Amino acid sequence: MGFRAAVVRFPGSNCDQDVLTAAKRAGAEAYFVWHRDTDLQHADAVLLPGGFSYGDYLRSGAIARFSPIMQEVKRHADRGAPVLGICNGFQILCEAGLLPGALMRNARLSFASRPVTVRIERTATAFTSAYRQGQLVTMPVAHGDGRFTADEETMKRIQGEDLVIGRYVGQDGAPARGGENPNGSIDDIAGLCSPSGAIVGLMPHPDRAADPALGNTSGLGFFSSMLQVVAGR
Amino acid sequence: MTYRVLVRVMPRVGLLDPQGQAIESALHVLGFAEASGVHMGKSITLDVQAKSRDEAEARVRTMCDKLLANPVTEDYLIEVEEA
Repeated sequence: MGFRAAVVRFPGSNCDQDVLTAAKRAGAEAYFVWHRDTDLQHADAVLLPGGFSYGDYLRSGAIARFSPIMQEVKRHADRGAPVLGICNGFQILCEAGLLPGALMRNARLSFASRPVTVRIERTATAFTSAYRQGQLVTMPVAHGDGRFTADEETMKRIQGEDLVIGRYVGQDGAPARGGENPNGSIDDIAGLCSPSGAIVGLMPHPDRAADPALGNTSGLGFFSSMLQVVAGR
Repeated sequence: MTYRVLVRVMPRVGLLDPQGQAIESALHVLGFAEASGVHMGKSITLDVQAKSRDEAEARVRTMCDKLLANPVTEDYLIEVEEA
């Protein structure tokens, strides 16, 4: 049996097909599970796609975390198995307490939809091991609530435990200036991981940068990384 | 007893509130120079069955901690009245 990747569909998910296609391109046996399902069908990894689950009611990701499948995703995560949350998926992981902090309304209120440059800060994770430390990766963002926020104590833990997987930077890798950080996130954080590196969340869309037809495959590494995890076991 | 509960959820003081800022600057454009400290949150009303006002408030507090407010970014106020 190959590497099995479950892509969770919530009502309002809209990047589910992109994520499925990217995971397949990376070599995974990817398949959809519905938010009402209670079985991940022996998934090796769970992928939470972007979109507007439950219409972003109350707060982005706040309702999705109570869906039946999320109880299974938590069990899967508690076993130390890989979970990737992209955009709305990242918001769901923060709301579910699987990653620290929260994602607030973008600093300039605008819905940010454009390519950004992200510097990979940690490669010891289930989804970034295909990259080099410091590698610059260009991926699109498309979100209104992407400003990562955490209190001082949590930020100390994030820095102390090396939980930042990527930061927004300029195209030359210099610290982000002006709109290069598209949402005003604290410390230019684009994505985070759990201490073990099994759970990863990020606002940019590697799934939209994983197809040669789109002229950019630099995000494919997030999906090929998860296969290396099992190969290395 | 049925209690009518109003929950006011507000962005935590000190965190950047771009919506509040945008509303404030719009008020200034309209000539309301006296307006400052604008913040925008949300209000949630609900009816709660409880034996006492204190019990109703305690239950709603738990609802806030578990769902209605984000503990990282928001604070809340609860007002309880007999329905």
